[in-house]
Amino acid sequence: MISIRNLYVELGDFTLKDASLDVKDGEYMVVVGPSGAGKTVLLESIAGLYSPERGEIRLRGRDVTRLSPERRHVSIVYQDHALFPHLCVRDNILFGLRMRKIDEKECSEAFSRVVELFSIRSLLDRDPQTLSGGEQQKVALARALCVSPDVLLLDEPLSSLDPKTREEIEAELHHLHRELDVTTLHVTHNFEEAVALGDRIAVIGEGEVKQVGTPEDIFRKPNSEFVAEFAMSRNLFIGELSNTGIGQCDFQSGDLHFSVDSGNGPGNRAVIRPEDVMLVSRDAIPSRTNTFTGEIVRIADRGSTLYIDVSVPSVITALVTRHTYREMELKTGMRVSVCFDASSVHVFQE
Amino acid sequence: MIPKKHGPISRATFLSSDKLIANGIRCLRLLTNVWFRGLFLILGGLILLFIIVPVAKMIFASSPAILIDSLRDSEITSSIILTLYAAFLATVIGFLLGVPLAYLLAKTQFPGKRLIEGIIDLPLVIPHSAAGIALLFVFGRHYFVGQAFDGIGVRFLDSLAGIVIAMLFVSVPFLIDSAKEGFQKVDPRLEKVARTLGATPWRTFARISFPLARRSITAGCILMWARGMSEFGAVIIIAYHPMIAPVLVYEKFETYGLDHARPIAVILILISLFVFVVLRLLLYRRER
Repeated sequence: MISIRNLYVELGDFTLKDASLDVKDGEYMVVVGPSGAGKTVLLESIAGLYSPERGEIRLRGRDVTRLSPERRHVSIVYQDHALFPHLCVRDNILFGLRMRKIDEKECSEAFSRVVELFSIRSLLDRDPQTLSGGEQQKVALARALCVSPDVLLLDEPLSSLDPKTREEIEAELHHLHRELDVTTLHVTHNFEEAVALGDRIAVIGEGEVKQVGTPEDIFRKPNSEFVAEFAMSRNLFIGELSNTGIGQCDFQSGDLHFSVDSGNGPGNRAVIRPEDVMLVSRDAIPSRTNTFTGEIVRIADRGSTLYIDVSVPSVITALVTRHTYREMELKTGMRVSVCFDASSVHVFQE
Repeated sequence: MIPKKHGPISRATFLSSDKLIANGIRCLRLLTNVWFRGLFLILGGLILLFIIVPVAKMIFASSPAILIDSLRDSEITSSIILTLYAAFLATVIGFLLGVPLAYLLAKTQFPGKRLIEGIIDLPLVIPHSAAGIALLFVFGRHYFVGQAFDGIGVRFLDSLAGIVIAMLFVSVPFLIDSAKEGFQKVDPRLEKVARTLGATPWRTFARISFPLARRSITAGCILMWARGMSEFGAVIIIAYHPMIAPVLVYEKFETYGLDHARPIAVILILISLFVFVVLRLLLYRRER
């Protein structure tokens, strides 16, 4: 559907370096990366708003690399919604249909369809400035979808919304995508948003596509330090893997060594997600592999969950619920044990 | 907390001395504030009076009867109409040639942009009589551009066309700068969205960029018109005749003295004031 090959865009200080990405028909792909990673440039290149130095963009097999934006059938929705301030909601939505010179009957059908879809009939005569963030978002989506685009591009669509509206629109997007089945490319810097919405996720950083995979892949099997850090895999160890036979390997990182499933390929980095690390009180040491005892050196409170750094003396971070935190009366300086399964460790080569 | 053994008295004295200091500081501050504000008010008031008094005196000193009489004088009315008309033509040309340039300056990056922006503002710093002479060097009949126009029957010396180019030269920076500012305020993403929705660059300009910058452009046009209308120096070099109103004021003053120059000067001021008020209202609405 969307096929991007070695896209190279230079834009002032910023370059998108040989980005390649494939999005399947009807797929919801989330491109996630830190600010300044090149997400918007990628999106605007697909829309035809920047022309690339090199590379190729194909939509439905058609090479559109040099095609002007108005002929690509790609709609874009920006973070701040970018509604035309001098037009009322109705004229905003009708804008695309009028530009494409679609005949009256088809036009009003398409219009009614999106108005019903987003239940925004009551807003039609309002000025965009008088709408709430959520309403603006709906109008922007309606305007984008009204022209039946081949591809819908969403640039941080949820970032400017308050948490409650954000959840609402998130659900709406999910529902919408199932309903319309339109190929969607959504960019965000928020990893949770990516996991919540994406069929697949592409992690982008420093102008490069770092990894593409299902949320599970990105979560469990990062292929680089960049992805591991971005997916908040907190426990990243540098070391080497040695084979001990009988289906298990040993990963040695300084003083720390632990067992790893032999399914892991060769590599010099190991990650363990903090939610896979179990925290137990010292006197209840389970007789399991990969158990370490140490002292709590830091507690980072995230509200319903907390990150506990335990120095063994390498620091291993465990994620605990507030319930566990209270029950175990955790505090810094306390000695505890941490343990994790060999299968929770992912090894990759950097 | 203050320990109890010091008792309520020491606490009270402590509080009151503290209060005294606080009040003292407040008074001092108020005083410096009054001084500061007062001085600035006097200085500002002086310059304000300097502007208001001559204008007001002139308007109120001339009797309406004389003004109406002057308006019956065909020499005066035709010069005023000529002034307004020439300034209007200059504004139309400025609009057609200036708005596209303003758009390019606001929306694109290219080497030498700053230089061009500087060049546009050049007419604002050149003495206008010098500007008139400079124009003659290009549009005079002995020079290339002048000859070219002569071929199609347009001459600049002592003609409407000459008045128009003089006004255009000195007043077009106002329009370009204002339009540029207007285009700069248009969020580029609005234009991008319009493009993806199927609008060509032309239609994006016509439906999005231009309407959104319209107020600034209108304000620029009025400003340019008003500025062109009040031009004297450049016009008098190129076209003493036909006589525009500022030149007529000058001539009446030179030949007959103050009393004869005044009525037409008052009419000019009133027209300028009217245009000015309209402009301020427009800008005020834009700010809101």
